[in-house]
Amino acid sequence: MFLKLARRNLSRHRFRSILAIVGIIIGVIAISSLGILGNSIKLSVTDSFGDIGNEIIVYPDYESGWSNLTKKEFNAIRKTTGVDVTIPVSQSSSQIQFGKDSTFTTVYGVDAIDMKALLELSSGQFQSGSRCVIGGVLADSFDLKHGDTVNLEGSSFKISGILKKQGMRFDISADRAIFITPKSYSSLYENEDYAMIIVKTQGVEEVEAVKERIEANLNKRKDRVMVFGMDMILESLDEFFGMLSKFLMGIGAISLIVAGVSILNVMLISTVERTKEIGVMRAIGSSRRDILILFILEATILGVIGGLIGGVLSFGGGYLVNIIILKKASYLFAPSSIVYIFIGVLFGVVTGVLGGLYPAWKASRMLPLTALKTE
Amino acid sequence: MEEIGMRQVAGEVTLRLEDVTKIYEMGDEKIYALDRVTLNVEKGDFLTVMGPSGSGKSTLLNMIGCLDLPDEGSVYIDEDDVTNLEDNELTKIRRDKIGFVFQQFNLIPTLTALENIELPMLIKRIPQDQCTKSAKNILSTVNLPEKFASHLPSELSSGQQQRVAIGRSLANDPSIILADEPTGNLDTKTGEGIMKLLKGLNEEGKTIIVVTHDPRLSSYSNKTVRIVDGRIEEDVS
Repeated sequence: MFLKLARRNLSRHRFRSILAIVGIIIGVIAISSLGILGNSIKLSVTDSFGDIGNEIIVYPDYESGWSNLTKKEFNAIRKTTGVDVTIPVSQSSSQIQFGKDSTFTTVYGVDAIDMKALLELSSGQFQSGSRCVIGGVLADSFDLKHGDTVNLEGSSFKISGILKKQGMRFDISADRAIFITPKSYSSLYENEDYAMIIVKTQGVEEVEAVKERIEANLNKRKDRVMVFGMDMILESLDEFFGMLSKFLMGIGAISLIVAGVSILNVMLISTVERTKEIGVMRAIGSSRRDILILFILEATILGVIGGLIGGVLSFGGGYLVNIIILKKASYLFAPSSIVYIFIGVLFGVVTGVLGGLYPAWKASRMLPLTALKTE
Repeated sequence: MEEIGMRQVAGEVTLRLEDVTKIYEMGDEKIYALDRVTLNVEKGDFLTVMGPSGSGKSTLLNMIGCLDLPDEGSVYIDEDDVTNLEDNELTKIRRDKIGFVFQQFNLIPTLTALENIELPMLIKRIPQDQCTKSAKNILSTVNLPEKFASHLPSELSSGQQQRVAIGRSLANDPSIILADEPTGNLDTKTGEGIMKLLKGLNEEGKTIIVVTHDPRLSSYSNKTVRIVDGRIEEDVS
């Protein structure tokens, strides 16, 4: 009954109600879409880090004056319990020449087998002998293909493969680098030391323990190494993007606040216009609570309609922002994204109820006689 | 001060006012809207309260209708003192024991004729199907053809609207029906129809109290009181 009355009261000023609903719709879309955007950015970043969750990177402790790791540390790490793969990486930077062009790049000395565990080729094969592999961006910017020859520190290397573009990584910056075998590296730079040792544990859950074991073992007498677990980095990334999502939703929430104020306004106007009617309702026996329920119900209906329409349109909104900012919409239907649509709808409904609370309270407090006398 | 009802054959008193006084303060001046009004209405009475505008007759009606409380004195409905009741309890009395009929009809514009009659019952949380059934009966009691049941108030003539309003006042089968200038917005002929309807209800046992400044209406009643300056001046009956 109250529902029927509430619905008809709203349709009495159809245009006004629609405007209030539109406010909620916009607010819900803003919250959901921005939440989805934040979540999609997070998903795309964590996806691009792929399965590095079980990675540990061991660097020399620069602060204590170390600049290299040696075979000794490598062996110690390899024997640590829980370690699955140990990849020593030598790193330097040099000018490389190809034809008339030349550029400075990072040079990595990594074994071909280890490379397979870390990186993917877009064409060709991994390095061997006097062959090298180059990063995708480097290949693109100088139009290098496999089979071409590059000159590095006076030696010639034939390009055997080109890597897929990687984007951001924590261990190796592969996109603009050149990879040669450890053997070529040591003869070229007369150095067998490593810039870092990448460790893969058997599972993500072991990362912390392995990290502690390596530290305990190698830093026994002096600070020899710095150890970074990727799980920590992923965790802080998660935290960061969670905050980003909340921040973006906060921006969306501003529009919902505006919508809430507009419902407040619509309902307040309604209580004033319907003062006499409230008086009549009270005279024929409606309690304060009945009046309160009726007005809250009206505001809630606005919130629910706005929220639901907004929720449906949020798919469109989420699709748009994803297409515009991430250039793809595949993250839109991830469960963690859909959650934001529910959050948006919920906020929309709550906004409606909140916007109706004060006017409803005001209406319920009117004195029956005074209200009845109002023309 | 006149004592009404004392001379009547002792019947069941349904409404009793005892030294009811209502004072409005206008600046320093105190205005007695009602001045020690004492009034007995028995079950089955048809009382007309006459008086010029500003005489206090509306204030009296509001007291009887539990819309306003006296500053001094007491109001008894079915021998229950309502003077010190809370808002919630007064609301229940209005809902269950009193039916209001207004000059302006005051129907809820978004509800149909039938729904307007159902409203007081629904407020009492009576199940919908039962409300509809009773409302349809009431519709025939107030002589409104059933085809008007689904009409909104704006689609009805003033006479029909007042019939719906009387129907609404009957919804919870109250003992008292209060009518404030029920014919004030109607032409003479329609007004007569409405008064006849009220008279008919009275004959079926309802206590009816009509407030008006139109002396012709007193011909329908068995009692008439006249209010001037907040006092009951004469018993015309």
